Amino acid sequence: MSIASTSVIQIIPRTRRGVELLLLVIAIAVSVGAYVNIGITVQNSVPASTGYYAAGIGLLALIAHLVLRYRAPYADPVLLPCAVLLNGLGVAMIHRIDLGLAIVAEARGKMPKAAAASQQITWTAVGIVLFVVVILVVRDHRRLQAFTYTLGLGGLVLLVLPLVPGLGANVNGAPIWIRIGKMSFQPGEFAKVALVIFFAGYLVVKRDVLTLAGRRFLGLDLPRARDLGPILIAWLASLGVLVFESDLGSSLLFFGLFLFLLYVATERAGWLIIGGVLFVGGAYFAYMTFGHVHRRITDWLDPWAIDGGQIKLGLMGQAWGGVLGRGLGQGHPEATMYANSDMIISSFAEELGLTGLIAILLIFTLIIERGLRTALGCRDIFGKLVATGLAMSFALQVFVIVGGVTGLIPLTGLATPFMALGGTSLVANWAIIALLLRISDQARRPQTPAAPVSDETIAMAVQKQ
Amino acid sequence: MNSAIRRLAVAAMILMLALMANSTYLQAFRSNEINGRNDNNRVRDSQFSVNRGPILIGNTPIAKSDPVNDRFKFQRTYPSGPVYAPVTGFYSYLYGRGGIELTMNSELNGSDPSMAFRRIIDVISNRPQQGGSVTLTLNAAAQQAAYNGLAGKIGAVVAIEPKTGKILAMASRPSYDPNLLAAHDSNKVGTAWKNLNAAKEKPMSNRAVQELYPPGSTFKLVTAAAALSSGKYTPDSKVNSPAELPLPQTTVPLVNEDGKNCGGSNSATLTVALRYSCNTAFGTVGMALGADALREQAAKFGFGARPLTELPAVATSQFPADPNEPQTAQSAIGQFDVQATPLQMAMVAAGIANKGEVMKPYLVQSVKTPDLKTVSETKPESLHQAVTPEVASQLTAMMLDVVNNGTGKPGQIKGVQVAGKTGTAQTSKDRPPFAWFTAFAPADDPKVAVAVLIESANIPRDDIAGGKLAAPIAKSVMEAVLGQ
Repeated sequence: MSIASTSVIQIIPRTRRGVELLLLVIAIAVSVGAYVNIGITVQNSVPASTGYYAAGIGLLALIAHLVLRYRAPYADPVLLPCAVLLNGLGVAMIHRIDLGLAIVAEARGKMPKAAAASQQITWTAVGIVLFVVVILVVRDHRRLQAFTYTLGLGGLVLLVLPLVPGLGANVNGAPIWIRIGKMSFQPGEFAKVALVIFFAGYLVVKRDVLTLAGRRFLGLDLPRARDLGPILIAWLASLGVLVFESDLGSSLLFFGLFLFLLYVATERAGWLIIGGVLFVGGAYFAYMTFGHVHRRITDWLDPWAIDGGQIKLGLMGQAWGGVLGRGLGQGHPEATMYANSDMIISSFAEELGLTGLIAILLIFTLIIERGLRTALGCRDIFGKLVATGLAMSFALQVFVIVGGVTGLIPLTGLATPFMALGGTSLVANWAIIALLLRISDQARRPQTPAAPVSDETIAMAVQKQ
Repeated sequence: MNSAIRRLAVAAMILMLALMANSTYLQAFRSNEINGRNDNNRVRDSQFSVNRGPILIGNTPIAKSDPVNDRFKFQRTYPSGPVYAPVTGFYSYLYGRGGIELTMNSELNGSDPSMAFRRIIDVISNRPQQGGSVTLTLNAAAQQAAYNGLAGKIGAVVAIEPKTGKILAMASRPSYDPNLLAAHDSNKVGTAWKNLNAAKEKPMSNRAVQELYPPGSTFKLVTAAAALSSGKYTPDSKVNSPAELPLPQTTVPLVNEDGKNCGGSNSATLTVALRYSCNTAFGTVGMALGADALREQAAKFGFGARPLTELPAVATSQFPADPNEPQTAQSAIGQFDVQATPLQMAMVAAGIANKGEVMKPYLVQSVKTPDLKTVSETKPESLHQAVTPEVASQLTAMMLDVVNNGTGKPGQIKGVQVAGKTGTAQTSKDRPPFAWFTAFAPADDPKVAVAVLIESANIPRDDIAGGKLAAPIAKSVMEAVLGQ
C-alpha cells in the first residue's frame, strides 16, 4: 500500500453534528423561502401547501440528521445539508413550473396536468427512507466488498433491463426506462452505484498487476496487452449503452467512472490516455454511424437551426435570466420543454440568473470535493475507490447535464442530481450520499487500536493474494 | 493513491469552473444577442406583458396600452390608427414592430439604460416594469388636415417647422389600422397582415419617407438655388426658354409642359421661368451650371444622406452620380434619375424659408419616465447652410410670385403670403404623372413648410398637375398650423 507516501489526514475528533443541524436549518429555510416566494409572485398569496412542504422537508431532514447522529456520528457534516438544499430547491422549482404549466393550460382551455411537485416530495421521502436504511444496514462499507461480483452482475443486469421486450419503455427518445404497471423506473441510476462498488472491489484485487506489469513507452507506463481486457470490456459495454439505449450521458458516465477508478487504483496516467483515445474513437464512430448521436452533435453545434428546439429554448431562458435573473416566479421556464427534468438547470438560470446558477454549481462542487476528501481520508483502498467513484459520479453527471443545457457540450439525457424531476434518480442519489456519509464516518472516526479492524485488514490482505 | 485522488479533485474543480465560465459567457455577455432574436417568444411575451408607455401628441395619446384580462395583461391601442400609422407604426406579437414603436422600443417598454434608475426602484418596490412615454412633434390639426386632404388619393404629406426641423405632419395614404396588428387573436392578426402585404397600393408603406419619387419641377428650386448661388445669375437674369430645347447627343428635345415657350418669349427671367415652371429654361441653366454644381446644391439641402433617424427604412434622396449633358438637363428639372422623398422636398422648402439654413428634421420631442420626469428632450440641430440668406430671400420672392401669379395659385391663403412651387413628374407613358407641391408660409416669418405628393388620384389625367391637385392639400395643412 502506498498510504505511507501520502500525507496523513488530520483526524478531527469532534463530530460536528451541531454544525450539520445548523446548516440543515439554513437549507430548509432557503427552500421554504423559495417555495413561499414563488407562491407570492405567481399566485399573490402564500401557498396553502407551504406547511405540508416545510413540515415534509423538515421532518425528513431531521430524521436523516438523527440517524446520522446516532449511527454515524463522525460523518461529514456538510454533505447532508447540501443534498437537502438541492432537493428542496428542486421541489420548489418543480412546483413553480407546475404553476406555469397550469397557467398555459388554462389559457388554452385545457386541464392542467397533475402536480409534479407533490410526486417529487413523495420520492424525496422514499429517498430519505433509503438513506436511513443504507446508514442502518451498512454498518461498515468494507462489508460491501464481499458483494463485488454480485453487484457487478447486478449492475450489468440493471443496465440491460430496459432492452428486455415488454419491460423497457421509451421515454423522450431514449429507451432507458422500464415500466412495471404504473411505475416507471430508470435502472441505470442504480446500476451506477452497483458498478462503482464493483469497479472498486475488482480494482482492489487487480491493482498490483495493473500497476506493476507493462513497459514504458514515450514516457508513459503502458499496461500489458492482456491487462487491457477489462478496460476493453468496460469500453464495449459503454458503447453498447450508447448504441442500444441511445444514452450518451450514461455511456460517458460509466466509462468515465471506470477510467477514473482505474487511474486512482494504479496511479498511471497511461490508462487515462488509452481510455480517452478509446472513448473519442468510440464517440466518433457513433457520431458517424448513428443518427441519434449525429443529431445531438448537430443540435449542439447549431442549436438555433431547429424551430422550438429544446436546447434553443433553454438557452433563450438562460439569456433571459441574465446575471441577476428574472426573479423566482417571474420568468417563463415552462416555455422550455422538460423544464422540470432535463432542463431544470436552465429554469434556475432563468429565474435566479447567473448568480443563482453559480451558487447551485458551488453546492454541487462542495458535494464533489467533500466526497473526494472522504476518499482521501479513508483508510482502506476499497473505501477510497468507492468514495472516489461516487463523488466523481456527481462530478461527471453535473458536468454532462449542465454542460449540455448551457451549450458547452452536446446535450445528453442525464438527470441533474437531487434537482430534476424523477424518482429513480432522486432515490439513487440519496443512497449515494448515504454511502459517502458512511465512508466518511469511518474516515473521520478517531483511530482506536481495536482488534476487529486489524482482523479485517488481515482478511483483506488474505483476499488480495 | 491519494495523489491521484487529489488530481481528480483538481480535475473535478476544473470541470465545474468550465461550467461556470461558459454560463458567465452565455448569461452575462451573449444574453443581449439572444434576447434580441426574432424567434425569442420569451422576450416578446414579457414585453407584451409590460405596461408600455404611450406615444403622445401634446397630452393626447395616439398609441397607448390598456389593461386587459388575458395572458398579455395589456392591449396596445391606436385611437386614430390610420391617421398616425405612418409615424407610430404597429406593435404586433407575431410580426414585430414598425415606426416609432420600433425605433423607440426600449424607451416605450422601459428597458432603456436611461430609465435604469427607475427600473431598479420598481424592482425594489416590487412594482411591475412600466414604460416611458414618447411625445412627438406632430401637430394634431395639421396631421388631420393632411390625412383628410389625401382622402381617395395615393400620396403623402410632410410638414416641417422651418426654424427647428420639427415635423408637424407626416401622412401617407392609403394607410392601415395598426389596431388590427396589435390584436391578441393571432388568426385575425395573421389575416390582416396577409391582406395588408398583398394589397397593391402598399398601405403599410410610409410614402412620406420610405419611397423615392422623381421630384419633377419642385426640384427647380434646387436648380434655381444653385444658379443664384453661383453668382452668374440673378432672379432677373434672362435665360434661353424656347418651346423646345434641342439637347446635345440626342434627338429628343426638352419640351415645356404646355408645348409653348415661356411666358410668350424665347428668353425669360429666372423669376418668370419659375412662375411658369419652364423646363427649357431650367434645362439650359442646369447644363450651364453642370451636374456637379447641382449635386452639391442638392446635398446641401440633404440629398444623399439619410434625413431622419427616428423612423425605420427611411430612404435617401439621390441626385444621379454621373449624368451626361442631356441627362443633366433632365436632372435639372427633377427628371431622369433624380429621386426624392416628400420629406426631402419639404426640407428644401423649409431651408429656403429658414434663411437658407436647413434644420435636421425630427419627430420625437421628448421622452419621459412613467412619473413624467423628462429623460431626454430633442434640441434643434442645423444640418447645412444650403444657400446664403440673400439667395434664400431671392428664392422666397420667386416662390411668392409662383403662388401669387403662376402655377401655384391654388395654394394661396387669404391674408397670408404663401411661397411655393408646383411639380408634375413624368414617370412613364402608361401611368399618370406624380403631382407635387411644396410651399411655406407666412413668407416673411415662416411657421410651416410643407411638401405634398400625389402618386395617383381618381381624376382625369389632364387635371393632374401639382397646382390643381397637391396645392389645396398643402394649403389646408398650412392653414391648420397657422390656426386659420
